Formats: sequence, C-alpha cells, structure tokens
Amino acid sequence: MLALGNPSTLVKATVLSLCLGSISFAAQAETTITAVMHAPLRAVDPVISTAYILRNYGYMVYDTLLARDSAGKPQPQMASWTVSDDGKTYTFTLRDGLKWHDGTPVKAEDAVASLKRWSQVDKTGQVMAKLLERYDITDDKTFVMTFKEPTGIALIALSKPSGVAPFMFPKAVAETPVGQPITSTIGSGPFKFVAADYKPGVGATFVKNTDYVPRSEPADGLSGGKVVKVDKVVWTTMPDPMTAMNALMSGEIDMVEQAPHDLLPLVDGNPDLQTIVFPKQVNQNLVRMNFTLPPFDNPKIRQAALLALDQQQMLDAQVGAGSKYGKVCASVFGCTGLYPSTYRADDIIKAHPAEAKALLKEAGYDGKPILLMHATDLASLAPQGPVIAQNLRDAGFNVDMVSMDWASVVARRANKQPVAEGGWNMFSTTNVGPDVGDPIGFIGVAAGGSSAWFGWPDVPEIETLRLDMAKASDPAKQKEIAEQIDHLVIDNGVMIPMGEFQQVMVASSKLKGEISAEAPVFWNVEKAK
Amino acid sequence: MLTFVVKRILSAVPVLIMVAIIVFLVLRLSPGDPALMIAGPSATEDQLQALRESMGLTKPLLQQLFLWIGQILSGDFGVSLISGKPVTELILDRFGPTLALSLSTIVLAVAVAIPLGVLAAWQQGKWIDRLVMAGSVLGFSVPVFIVGYILILIFARGLGWFPVQGYKPLSDGFGPFAVRLVLPSVALSFPYIALIARIVRTNVIEVMGEDYIRTARAKGLTEGGVLMDHALGNAAVPIVTIIGVSIAMLIGGVVVTESVFNIPGLGRLVLESVLARDYTVIQTVILLFSTIYVFINLAVDLLYGLFDPRIRY
Repeated sequence: MLALGNPSTLVKATVLSLCLGSISFAAQAETTITAVMHAPLRAVDPVISTAYILRNYGYMVYDTLLARDSAGKPQPQMASWTVSDDGKTYTFTLRDGLKWHDGTPVKAEDAVASLKRWSQVDKTGQVMAKLLERYDITDDKTFVMTFKEPTGIALIALSKPSGVAPFMFPKAVAETPVGQPITSTIGSGPFKFVAADYKPGVGATFVKNTDYVPRSEPADGLSGGKVVKVDKVVWTTMPDPMTAMNALMSGEIDMVEQAPHDLLPLVDGNPDLQTIVFPKQVNQNLVRMNFTLPPFDNPKIRQAALLALDQQQMLDAQVGAGSKYGKVCASVFGCTGLYPSTYRADDIIKAHPAEAKALLKEAGYDGKPILLMHATDLASLAPQGPVIAQNLRDAGFNVDMVSMDWASVVARRANKQPVAEGGWNMFSTTNVGPDVGDPIGFIGVAAGGSSAWFGWPDVPEIETLRLDMAKASDPAKQKEIAEQIDHLVIDNGVMIPMGEFQQVMVASSKLKGEISAEAPVFWNVEKAK
Repeated sequence: MLTFVVKRILSAVPVLIMVAIIVFLVLRLSPGDPALMIAGPSATEDQLQALRESMGLTKPLLQQLFLWIGQILSGDFGVSLISGKPVTELILDRFGPTLALSLSTIVLAVAVAIPLGVLAAWQQGKWIDRLVMAGSVLGFSVPVFIVGYILILIFARGLGWFPVQGYKPLSDGFGPFAVRLVLPSVALSFPYIALIARIVRTNVIEVMGEDYIRTARAKGLTEGGVLMDHALGNAAVPIVTIIGVSIAMLIGGVVVTESVFNIPGLGRLVLESVLARDYTVIQTVILLFSTIYVFINLAVDLLYGLFDPRIRY
C-alpha cells in the first residue's frame, strides 16, 4: 500500500500513474497503414471489372474458397475439397467460423451464387461453366460441382489469384445481374470496408475484421492464415508520383505500392525506407495486331512485325537503361510462371530489321500506313508507342502512330471497322504475371476469332488446346499443352511478348511481413511503433 | 439595380443551356465508352450492352439529352457512371477543397499584388518598378508545379514547417486546415500576383496622368494620399475585372496544384472523370463552372458601381 503522505512516494505514484496511463494510451492507439495505391478506387464490384485496384480491394474485403500458395499450388482457404475417383465430382466444404461482416454465417448457397456470377464474367470461369454439368447444395456448408468429364479446372478456377478472382459474396448480392455493378461492401474477408469514409477517386478505409477467423497455417502466398496485425489500412490517391514519394520520405504515408522507376534513386540508401519487389506481380509487355484488317491479316507481315521489334529498347524506355527491374523474355506465358519458354527467343527478343524487310517484300506489303494506338496517360504505356513505331519504321513499315488517352484506346480497340472508320492495326499494353501465366484465362492467347480479345485472331488449334488444358489435371500434360500453345501463338503472331518489368513498392522501414503473392495484400503486415 | 440583376440572371439561362448541350454532345461524340472502362477487356458484348443499358446509354442521343436536362431542372444531377454515387455528393465532397484553395489564393494574390502594383507605378522607371516587373515576368513564366515542388523541397522536406500534401476540412480545426493550404496557395498565387500587379501598375500609371491627380497634388495632398484616395479608386474598375476573372480561372484551373499537393478538389474530379468517361460527372461539373463564371461576372459588374459612381444600373 502506498503511503501518500510521503512526498517522494507521491511523486513515484504520480510518475507510475502517468506511465500506466501512457502505456494504456499506447495500447489503445490505433495502428494505421496509409498506402498510396497504383490507382484510385472508384467502384466496389471486384467481379464486373478487371481493374487491378478492384482485385486488390477484393482481397481486403472478400475471401476466396481456395487460394494459391507461393508455389502456385491451390490450397484450402474458405473451403476444403475432395475429388471423386472419376475426376468429375468436386465436393467443397466450408470451414467453421466463416461470417459475413454483418455477422450472418457464410453458407454454401452464397458460394454457389458467387461462382455463378463470376463464371459469367471471367475467361477461366467461362471455360469452367462450359465443362460444368451442375451445382448441388448438400447442406449449409457443403456443395458439389459435377463436371461433364474429368477435369482439373475446378481447382485452377476457384484458386484463380488475379484478373477477376472468384471472391465470395452473400447470396443476395451475388444474384445481382452482371450488367449491374454491386454496391454492397459486405464481405467475409479479413478487413471491413468503411463505407462512410469512402470517397471515390480520393481514398478508402479498411478496418480489421475482428470476427475473422484466420486459418491456422502460416500465410504462404495467398493461402494460409490471413492474420491482420494493424487496426486500419487507408488507401489514398496521389495523382502526382513525386508528391507521393515526398510524402513517404516525410513520414506522412507508409508506402507507395508502385513507385515510378525514375524516382527510385531518391530512396537509395535511405535507412527509413525499403524497396520491395514481389516477383509474381511482374508485368508483361505485349503487342497486339488486328487480324481482321490488312496488312496484319497476312501471316507473313505479322511475322515481319515480330522480327522488327526489340524488347530491350522497350524496357530501356520503360524502366531505364540497365535497370535490374526490366528483363527480356520470349515466353508467351511469362518467365516467372509455370510455363516459361525459349521458343524463337532470338526472333522475339532482338530486332532483325533486315529479315523483317525481306519478309515484308516477300509478303507484298504495299506501304499502307499501320495505325498504331499509343496511350499517353499511363506511365508504363506511354514509352511503348514511340519505340514500337521506330522499330517498325526501321524494318520498312509505314507507321501512323496516333496518341490518345487510355480510355480512347479502350474504346477504339473494340472497333472492328476499317481504319478509316475508326478501326486500328496495332496497340500495346501490359498484363500482370498471374494473368499471363494462365493458359486458360490469359486473354492474350485466346484465338477464337470474333470471341477472342481485341485483334480477333482465329487459330482453332489454340482454342482446342486451351480446352484440353482445362480438362487436364496432370501437371506434366498441362506443361506440354502450354508449350504447344506458346509455339502456335508465336508462329501465328497472336501476340508479341515485349519483355517483363517489375513494379517496385517503396515502404517505410517500420512495415514488416509483406506477403509475396500475386496481389498486394495487407494481412500479416506489421507496423512498428 | 434589382432589375439589372434579374435581367442578368435570366440572360445567363440560355448561356447555361447552350453550355449543357455543347458539353453533352462533345462528350457523347468523342471516343470512349464508360461500359468498356468498367467491364474491362474480358467482357462479352452482351455484358457490355447490359452495362450500357443500366447506365442509360443505349437510348437515342436526343432522348438522353432531354432526360438529362429534365433531371437537372428537377434538381437531380444523376449518379456517377463509374462509382454509382450521386453526382451532387461527389461534387459537394470536392467543392470545399477547391473553394478553400481558390479563395486563399486570391486573397493572398490581391494582398500582395495591389501594393506591389501601386509601388511599381509610384516608382515608375526606378529599380523597384523594374524589380516588380521582372518578378511578374517570372511569376508568369514559371509553371505552378515547379514553384510547388520548390516550395515542398524547402518548406516541407527541408525545414519541415508544412506537410507535403493533403487537405483537412475546416471542421477538423483551423490549424490543420490552414497549415495544409499555405504551400499550395503560395504556389498557385504566383501567376495571379504577376497578372494583378501588372494591371494595377498600368492603370495607376494611367490615372496618375489625369488632371484631377494634378489638382489633388496642387491642393497639397501627400503622395500617399494622392495614390490611395484618388489614383487607386479611379483605377479600380479594370482591377476588379481582372480579380473577378482570376477567381473564375482559379476555380476551373486548379488541377495542377491539386495534383501536386494532393488536394481532392474539383479540378482532379474533372480530370479523373474525363479519363474514365464518367459523363454525368463531367457534364455537371462543367455546368457548375459555367454557373460560377456567370455569377462572378455579375458580381464584378455590380462592383463597378461601387467603385465608379458614374456607373448605374
């Protein structure tokens, strides 16, 4: 017992109580990570759009039935599964403790409704739907997917990590038609979305979902326990990257998800900051030609374009000459995924203007200008157009490079009319590694003519092989099929790989535990006081 | 006067209708499709069509235009095609930061530019005049974002006096609100200080040559009295005009400053909406800008009468 009559004891008691007060205050102080993401969040339906910021939002608020580990292998997340001996029936059982953010339990009917909506939108989901015979809901925690023939697509599709990932929604929300964006933000994921703080294009706030029961396994890729170690994550938008870097260096924010490569020297040697690269979030550059219009309706002229382009020049323009973040790669499915290839590597990686010229002459190219769409408002795309145009000109192509904003490229590339009526011949873009490495879902290799991605290549052998890939469950067989698709894509000029580059995250040294996965996630991340 | 105000407001109606029609048609006839922007490259044509239908974009153009005008007249500005949030809510969220930045900038610009202009006129041809004029050339010539970066480097990163970026509403307290407005307002005020100071100087010099100024001097007034009581008041009409134009330009033209200092204002909203082809938001914001222009011009006209008793409406 303290004798308060003693002045020194009184002082000690006061100091002690102040200390206890400050400890109590510290214990109550919120831990917040403020992050500048690569794009502003302007919508909240992660299924209807392929925008990566919506995928990232999805991983905050929603959960997936399965998830890929760091080796790319599907693992249980919300559900575990069993497969029938004939490989046609998959039974999924939801784990205990799953709740929506409003406190109601997650049920099998929610999962089925979510998968039905997702498989209308996503390329892999569409293939899965074609092979699927029916869904059966056995009880609140169990549902069965029965396929028309043995297939490995269920696990590939349900663990799809990027593009449009198969997030789970409450049944009532999942029944929203795909032509109508959902507005609900009720998920079952490790974070809750604070709708009151959401300002589209400005910022979004997520708080720890205290009711979330993580899996017991350690986090590994997107699989394992999603243990949230901070109270709040704030995504803020900064249109000027220089401002974002200044704010980071001043300690006003905690991380910049994708720092521009030319600003990285600013953080070199700064002990308060760390640069982090997630190998799976690699970006692939690609060039796409319009198969339906001259001159790229001629296979030889497509091959001439392939021979004309130079990957290193493109990468130098994007990430800086000699940068360690750019890497040449001849593989259609990327060099960091499961299906790397070196097929015709020299043709794809280096420019061969003399051979391209000879091929153009042989093909009877009439000198008609190639309309190349050049997006100027996205940092990774802006340098591409001029490099492509010059490579093509060096090889004897006549190029009309039309500069426009990305929204105009998006609209114009859907136009199947002749160039004079708003059509096009060529454009370039980037895709992330997880999307590129998926032979079933990668839009760049789909070659079903009018149903294919913009450019509308029609190579039936590729479509047959993609379906074979969906049916295959043996990894060796999948690899063999992927290799055949790679060769057909290159030989037909379905797309031209233009090298890979890494985005670099710059974060405060106070942040620890970032997960290396296909998407930036905030579980497991700690922030030191 | 009241008749004049009513007439001016009524005369603004056809201007605003024309602006609405032009903006609507320019947006719809320019390349871009919000459905494609939302749905992404994997969407099928059926999905895109369903999205367009849910946004009301499949109706004939004229029908869309009349529906929109009808909505506006009933006070409904619609919802953002991208976020689904009411346009009014988006604009209200962004109006505060832009208004705060614009007003603080113009107050700073006027407070600095008028004394500088008067001083330059008073010291015409001397080194102070040359210094002010050289400074105004610099103010015109150096882009705002360069000034912004320099201010950030010195006062935020170097001295740590101000935050690098951000905005806090006045409801969060005057300190946090004001401290975040200092650097952007100073950066943005440079060209306006240059502009207003030049106009003030020119007009004061012109007025200083008038007979009544000579009379005032002959009456024994001090040079300060002559400048403040006679010269500046008589030079006020063009100065008020340029200040009015500056406010209008500021509200519509703060996008660079808002980007450099990460202020979530209307300029950024317009830019984001244009890039995403968010038609309903762009249309409403431009209509708002036009309305602001009209009312600022009206306010300027009314102020003429205050400074020049000969002007009566």
